[in-house]
Amino acid sequence: MIPLSWYVMLSAALFAIGVVGVLTRRNIFIILMSIELMLNAANINLIAFSHYLQSLTGQVFVIFVITVAAAEAAVALAIIILIARNRGTVYVDEFNILKG
Amino acid sequence: MVNQLIFLYFAVVILASAILTITRKNPVHSVMFMLLLFFHIAGVFVLLNAEFLAAVQLIVYAGAILILYLFVVMLLNVDKESASARANKYWVWMVVFGTVIAAEILLLVSRGTFPANIDRPMRFAAGMGVRELGEALYKQYLVPFEIASVILLVGLIGAVTLAKKRANE
Repeated sequence: MIPLSWYVMLSAALFAIGVVGVLTRRNIFIILMSIELMLNAANINLIAFSHYLQSLTGQVFVIFVITVAAAEAAVALAIIILIARNRGTVYVDEFNILKG
Repeated sequence: MVNQLIFLYFAVVILASAILTITRKNPVHSVMFMLLLFFHIAGVFVLLNAEFLAAVQLIVYAGAILILYLFVVMLLNVDKESASARANKYWVWMVVFGTVIAAEILLLVSRGTFPANIDRPMRFAAGMGVRELGEALYKQYLVPFEIASVILLVGLIGAVTLAKKRANE
């Protein structure tokens, strides 16, 4: 019998790793992958609570999260291709054309 | 007991490959560790009696999204990656910040009790199968399901419109 708090702790640690990845890395691909890490941490939480509360709502929400993640990845990668084509770099600290 | 050992294996591999994902220099290596992570997250889903979502995780995340990342990483040249720094200049502070967040959540979770955390044996619940999931998705959650399909359509059209070359260039 696995306690529910183990799943919540795993999810929290994974989410914190994703936050650190977003905040520290310069490469925009790794930043997007860290966002996927955070979405997966939320998914683990949703499914764990869905199992322990014997309710299917959490699993339905995970399907929606995966849908939104797929759409987000497609649009974000298209934007990255545009930026890399126009600016010639994939490092976020060189995207400073909006700086006044 | 066996379940706990399996869970600990999955958790250790998930956390290790997550850390490796955000620290590798080469984005292709990051994608590969991400693949390992997704497989083990699917294992956790199986442990929680969510077999359909484990399959969806493998097919959609590992099969579609990650391959898309791999294509774009290989499409853009990343040769300059080895020459420049991988983290920004504030990375030490950000790691400290993330550790504080994680420690805070872990402390709160370990001190609290969950009402759902009663000592229930791990069993196959009668109303939690794929059939019930499909019925919930198509009856109770029909409108969000349709909105999700519209979101996918927006993603499809948006990606194509953004990434295609202009005709007059």
